[in-house]
Amino acid sequence: MTTRRQRVGGLPGVLVPFAVLAVLFLVLPVVGLVVRAPWRTIGTELTQPESLEALRLSLVCATLATLLCLVLGVPLAWVLARGDVPGRSLLRALVTVPLVLPPVVGGIALFTALGRRGIVGRWLDEWFGISLPFTTAAVVVAEAFVALPFLVIAVEGSLRAADQRLEEAAATLGAGRWYVLRRVTLPLVAPGLAAGTVLCWARALGEFGATITFAGTFPGTTRTMPVEVYLALQRDPSAAIALSLVLLVVSLVVLAGLRERWLGTSR
Amino acid sequence: MRTRTPVVAFLVSLHALTALTALTACGSGDDGAEQPRGTGSDQAGGLGSITVLAASSLTEAFGELGDRLEAAHPGTTVRFSFAASSELATQIRSGAPADVYASASPSTMDQVVQAGDADGGPTVFVRNRLEIAVPAGNPAGVEGLADFADEGLTIALCAPEVPCGAAAETAFAAAAVTPLPDTLEPDVKATLAKVSLGEVDAALVYRTDVIAAGDDVEGIEFPESSAAVNDYPIVRVAESPNAEGAQAFVDLVLSDEGRSVLEAAGFEPP
Repeated sequence: MTTRRQRVGGLPGVLVPFAVLAVLFLVLPVVGLVVRAPWRTIGTELTQPESLEALRLSLVCATLATLLCLVLGVPLAWVLARGDVPGRSLLRALVTVPLVLPPVVGGIALFTALGRRGIVGRWLDEWFGISLPFTTAAVVVAEAFVALPFLVIAVEGSLRAADQRLEEAAATLGAGRWYVLRRVTLPLVAPGLAAGTVLCWARALGEFGATITFAGTFPGTTRTMPVEVYLALQRDPSAAIALSLVLLVVSLVVLAGLRERWLGTSR
Repeated sequence: MRTRTPVVAFLVSLHALTALTALTACGSGDDGAEQPRGTGSDQAGGLGSITVLAASSLTEAFGELGDRLEAAHPGTTVRFSFAASSELATQIRSGAPADVYASASPSTMDQVVQAGDADGGPTVFVRNRLEIAVPAGNPAGVEGLADFADEGLTIALCAPEVPCGAAAETAFAAAAVTPLPDTLEPDVKATLAKVSLGEVDAALVYRTDVIAAGDDVEGIEFPESSAAVNDYPIVRVAESPNAEGAQAFVDLVLSDEGRSVLEAAGFEPP
């Protein structure tokens, strides 16, 4: 960390005003949100049944999506970091596409794959009578689709950075594969895994485009907070600001948790 | 210590990527809503650049009128933003640059007028009625509004915040049917898209949308639609940067030529 500090200290002064502008640019909108919040009525705004329902749905769906991402993403990260598969860089590029894909496009893509007339969804509907769009499951799928690459890249990065000699040493001392995984590898990558999980969750929580496209919006089943904010803005802008504040607070709490993790382990 | 640095570096680049994703998302949204027409430059002799904020249901008819205005006045560029009337009203009240606002309901227009953002009084230029939209071939065998209460069908409606949703509520009240929608979409074109994709069995949209959707969508008329006919008002925006152009567009919409284009799209005279 000392090398990093020296680099920061050696910055040419001409960059400072731009850095200050950048900070203002990023912080001012958040300040605006706090200043314009309807503080007197915020209590009643936020305890509206629709708001609470949307918040509950958002938290549940983001958490389920994160669990799904962990179950699928950690093994994938493992394959990308350690696996001996041909075309690994192509595979990595493919699975990170949702990271740069506009979420609305992701929603349409999900329709073409898992919709009632999608290439896979058609058979789900015909064989099992399962129709995914417009259900809470569709929200989880849409959120997981956009959030999974965040987790995969984070975990893959720390798997690559982990000192494999420690695992080899454990193996030579007679530890089995599972034992090495549990007692050596996972503790080594724990910070990356934690960071990836939190980012994945935050991305899922804020998901809007793919959700409103693929899952639609209906109170209680598919109307998550970001969608509720979007619709509230048309009905009552001050309610939209109040709801936005809730998402801001949740994001800040998550970020604070992440910093804690960071600072706690790197200093 | 060494193992931490790549994580930090990764997170930094990841944050950059997140921002990029968000930006692309916004960009694509704007591209969909705003359709710049013509050359995009303000040439002398024309009416300059005219920005029209209009209800989604006017997409096809106004697009045609914009083309005609540009053809009649070379050097004119008509830019459209089509969205839910309620969303556009919010944008205008927040100071979005616009010359003309055309909404799908008097109540959304009232929001703009009350806020002092309208130049003069609005004029109702057309009316529109609702129709049941089903995917081509009507796979679920929908016959009327009563089918919207069938739990087994997948139904899309407009959210009650937007004019087509408000009209749908009126129609259902007139028919004494309690609908069981699976999704409440943010504007009428989004509702229609779910039908075009075949992802819902039925939706309530405007007659004009069924016509605009072509072969993918079939329309079913229903008697209660006369209880919920929407008036479409148009007005010049008070802060209009191009009042002359705004007036020219409004004049065209209210002219016989404008009426014939709108009626060809399925709108009814006021």
